[in-house]
Amino acid sequence: MNGFLQGVVDALALGSLYAIFALGIALIFSVLKMINFAHSELVTIGAFVLILLADVPLIIRILILVVVVVGAAVLMERVAFRPVRGAGQTTMLITSFAVSYLLQNAAILIFGPDLRSGSVWSVLNESFMLGPVRILNLNALTIVLTLVLLVALTLFLRKTSIGLQMRAAAEDFTTARLVGVKANRIIAVAFGISGLLAAIASFLLTAQTGVVTNTIGVQVVLMAFVATILGGMGSLSGAVIGAFVLGAVSVILQQLLPLELRPFRDAFLFAAVFVVLVVRPGGLIVTRASRARV
Amino acid sequence: MLAVTDLVVRYGQTTALHGVSFAVNRGEVVALVGPNGAGKTTALKAIVGLVTPASGSIEFDGATIVKHKPENLLRRGISLVPEGRHIFASLTVVENLALGAATRADRRAAKKDVAAFLDRFPALGRRRRSQAGKLSGGEQQQLAIARALIAQPELLMLDEPSLGLAPLVVDQIFGVVSELRDAGTTVLLVEQNATRAVELADRSYVLRTGEIVLEGDSQTVLNHEDFLASYLGVAAGAPGAPVASGVPAASGEVTA
Repeated sequence: MNGFLQGVVDALALGSLYAIFALGIALIFSVLKMINFAHSELVTIGAFVLILLADVPLIIRILILVVVVVGAAVLMERVAFRPVRGAGQTTMLITSFAVSYLLQNAAILIFGPDLRSGSVWSVLNESFMLGPVRILNLNALTIVLTLVLLVALTLFLRKTSIGLQMRAAAEDFTTARLVGVKANRIIAVAFGISGLLAAIASFLLTAQTGVVTNTIGVQVVLMAFVATILGGMGSLSGAVIGAFVLGAVSVILQQLLPLELRPFRDAFLFAAVFVVLVVRPGGLIVTRASRARV
Repeated sequence: MLAVTDLVVRYGQTTALHGVSFAVNRGEVVALVGPNGAGKTTALKAIVGLVTPASGSIEFDGATIVKHKPENLLRRGISLVPEGRHIFASLTVVENLALGAATRADRRAAKKDVAAFLDRFPALGRRRRSQAGKLSGGEQQQLAIARALIAQPELLMLDEPSLGLAPLVVDQIFGVVSELRDAGTTVLLVEQNATRAVELADRSYVLRTGEIVLEGDSQTVLNHEDFLASYLGVAAGAPGAPVASGVPAASGEVTA
């Protein structure tokens, strides 16, 4: 029983981390119909900020982290994606690859190829007991932050005028413009929010690993892509559900697989995703906008 | 108020509009009719900036509006109800209306107007919290028109408002348009349902394969032998040759 509860906590923590990554990708996809592969580099930029500024007081470091990553996200949209927005989805997708590789290699040029390590916040690596279950502070923070973000994002989308405009743009961008939704503003705001999500994600990720390389974002963001596709492209709730399903299945496989097969856990994980997509090609939640496109 | 002159629009190699001119004066209801593929929707798309014309001019209140962004044209006073309604299906009726009102400077007045429109269109008022996608076709069309009107446009353009609706519902929609006419709203009405649109309008233009083949006041157009011919696809003379003599082409005429 204790092992089960421990597994539930682990699954929630892992799912939460994936969810924060996946939301950033799903948000951009919902308004722009573009998979932003450079989202992982936003995470990498955040990780570099945290590790390189390890001597700066935590609060100030977090502030710098948010400003730099949100700024990078907005700048990325302005410089790379806006000029090619009219050129079609394939062009935008390839542009996002280009931005991603450019930043990965720029990181090597500037910081060198070596792994750098540092501590983000040592308190997070301690743990506490909740009844019979030992919970890592970092895991607790991850779960709580994700809940807060979900509530905040939902309120933003439901209760504010710009959130309403964003939902309209996600459903039908052309008509949204006809009723006066400013395309540039909505997309810039979406990138700003995805930058904020990437900043938070990079904080949690770096706190966990304590290291940064030029590709630190890629591995987790790959998981987040799988989560968004599993959940259904373009649906924010789908992305979150996909992330939690992925986190849960991953933890279950980790516990159930024989020891010698555990290194291949992700192969089993992706096989399971594959089966789901064969049965439900649109993902778990199919949105109106994605149906219309196919 | 709106003056379109020698408008040419191409999609790749295909020319959709070969130098079309028409005008809408303040307070008028003008019908732009013609068979499928005549270029009616293209003309509207050019006006709202969704397609860029190859040549020609589009002026609104005396200023050129070619190459303006769609979202800015609404702020200048042009509102389009697109073909196929395009309400936001996943949003509620109230949210659709709130979006229409989002460009209004006075938030409080805009909020009041949302309530007023729910009274004015009782079918919408009854279902204010429903997702718009769950409404019937006629209700969706009413919602699309209400959403456009709530932005308080100076010129309302309706693209095929009766398309795909049951005859009784078509009556309702034309009823809404004639109420708008009586209230003095300036309307550009694009319709395949030509006879009804022309009867309702002050003036009409008939468009066929990208050219205006007939224009004039409603009686002139309805009685003209080419009017039916345009619909039956019978070529009555060279394209663009016979122009009805009712009202002079108002292309240069702009009311401030």
